Amino acid sequence: MTKKSVWLSGPYLAWIVGFIVLPLLTILYYGLTDTEGGLTLGNVIGAVADPLNIKALGLTLLLATLATVICLGLAYPLALCLTKLKMKKKSFFIFLFILPMWMNFMLQMVAINTILEDNGVINAVLTFIGLPKLHIANTFGAVLIGMVYDYFPFMLLPVYNAVSRIDGDLINASKDLGANSFKTFLYVSFPLSLPGVISGITMVFIPAVSDFAIAQMLGGGKIQLIGNIVEMNFTKGQYHTGSGLALILMAFVMLSSLLTKDGAENEGGGMIVS
Amino acid sequence: MNNIIELRGISKSFDGEKVLDRIDLCIRDKEFVTLLGPSGCGKTTTLRIIGGFVTPDAGDLIFDGKRINDIPPYQRPVNTVFQKYALFPHMNVYDNVAFGLKQAKVPRAEIPGRVREMLELVSLSGFEKKNVTLLSGGQQQRVAIARALINRPRVLLLDEPLGALDLKLRKDMQNELKKIQKATGITFIYVTHDQEEALSMSDVIVVMAEGVIQQIGTPTEIYNEPTNAFVADFIGESNIVDGVMLSDCRVQFSGQTFTCVDGGFSRNEPVDVVVRPEDVDVVHPENGMLRGTVTSVTFKGDYYEIIVDIGGFKWMVETSDFVAEQAHIGLYIEPDAIHIMKKSKYSGKFGDYSTFSDEIETMSDPDTVDQKNEEGPAID
Repeated sequence: MTKKSVWLSGPYLAWIVGFIVLPLLTILYYGLTDTEGGLTLGNVIGAVADPLNIKALGLTLLLATLATVICLGLAYPLALCLTKLKMKKKSFFIFLFILPMWMNFMLQMVAINTILEDNGVINAVLTFIGLPKLHIANTFGAVLIGMVYDYFPFMLLPVYNAVSRIDGDLINASKDLGANSFKTFLYVSFPLSLPGVISGITMVFIPAVSDFAIAQMLGGGKIQLIGNIVEMNFTKGQYHTGSGLALILMAFVMLSSLLTKDGAENEGGGMIVS
Repeated sequence: MNNIIELRGISKSFDGEKVLDRIDLCIRDKEFVTLLGPSGCGKTTTLRIIGGFVTPDAGDLIFDGKRINDIPPYQRPVNTVFQKYALFPHMNVYDNVAFGLKQAKVPRAEIPGRVREMLELVSLSGFEKKNVTLLSGGQQQRVAIARALINRPRVLLLDEPLGALDLKLRKDMQNELKKIQKATGITFIYVTHDQEEALSMSDVIVVMAEGVIQQIGTPTEIYNEPTNAFVADFIGESNIVDGVMLSDCRVQFSGQTFTCVDGGFSRNEPVDVVVRPEDVDVVHPENGMLRGTVTSVTFKGDYYEIIVDIGGFKWMVETSDFVAEQAHIGLYIEPDAIHIMKKSKYSGKFGDYSTFSDEIETMSDPDTVDQKNEEGPAID
């Protein structure tokens, strides 16, 4: 690095040190020390030993996995349809699907709550057509819906990018060589779109694993994710316990991003964003 | 020989624009047929219709006497070598070539041998494990040919397969393709805009323009007896002048009467007269049938290409003797060098070298023109 480029990157370097490196070191310090300042693994071990935490961790992984699978299941067919549209319509529909990203997060959550709550939009419609009410608000399902809603564009965009970049003649070549539409998808289209799929999985799964806001807003305090427990510890001033848990959470995020990154590189695509 | 493929009244439009207009074409078994024409003439669309990637708006596509319009590409006994090869980038050479066999449910034990045999045919033995994206253009080309031939198709479709290769490699591949075609006895349908390529490789050439077939014939027929000014101009260089057929074997042009070998026109019928530059002899003005002034001379290696102004019309002449610019010369034309064509909508558009320059020739080369619009929607 030349002197000039050091100067140019200076402002951001200061930012990284002040707001990323130092806080991380602080968490590391708190996570590995006790209240007297002595070095200990007690916080981490204690966090794992607590059955409540294990339950929260399990719930978090389940929710994040389900949200990722649902997002992928919705986004992939949609991406296939989008690539077949004419150029003008294409950009309009893509705009439509990423529009929620432009909306304030709190507003999104409040709106979803209004739709899901016991006297909300869904139940009003159900009552109107004479069906029994559904209790969705403040349940596992509500948090799942919130996650899918919030993270869907992050799945759609990379998957759409990957699918739309597949050369039409590769599909033609596969059919020309005797593969029907399903086999062409299995052996050609899907493998070629894998880098986008993996990128999408990373962009949904990682924020979902560390989420606490959606669970808080749509779970009504009844859904305890690992992120919520970390947040609770910190607001209560239990920095050491909270940091110990945060380290475990970080380990999970790092592990999953490493796993998906490996896959993406094997596929020869460099689209990973983690 | 039997017709393996017949196109009957095939039409196709993309976005309201007519790309093919009632095409009739018969292709005989085991022949090397070339669809030749400038970009946008409909040759690639014709090929894609035979391959099954484009559905015609009207007309019948007949294969071995059966209509196959509604048969999907994966059930047609036809394989394609795509313009940009379309090799599967996530598979190595072996898997690309073996793809067709695996789809055809060929017994597992048979596959390695057949792949090896195919790679040998295209001189790529030992390349099995190579990554296709790291191969050179010529090597990718060979993989594409091996992949398309391995299922032993009745017909192989080739869409400008040599377009991306440099000249030397292209010549080698031309010979090799011709050899492969002879060795396998497979019908080749070859699309190109390169007239030299078409002349040197084909048994039959189909010249197309504006979605219509202009002429079907052997390379010699197409070159020596073009049916209209478009074909005469597109295949090789031609001087095309307005003439009047006085009677059988007597034609008048450039103010002179000539003896020719064509007949069957009505008395005093206006015609297009084609004279190839290499068929004109430069002589002393006194012995010339036509007289004119040399306006430019270009050295071409084994001959000189000269432009001669004869009464305002510029002729191109190829001669092995040097002629100075501004020289007054005579031209002599043998009767069998004069080819008479009926008037067509292309009359008067081609064959005058008054605006000729090599630069313009390159600019209008279809090579440099984007061909996307001709292909139409490529996704199934």
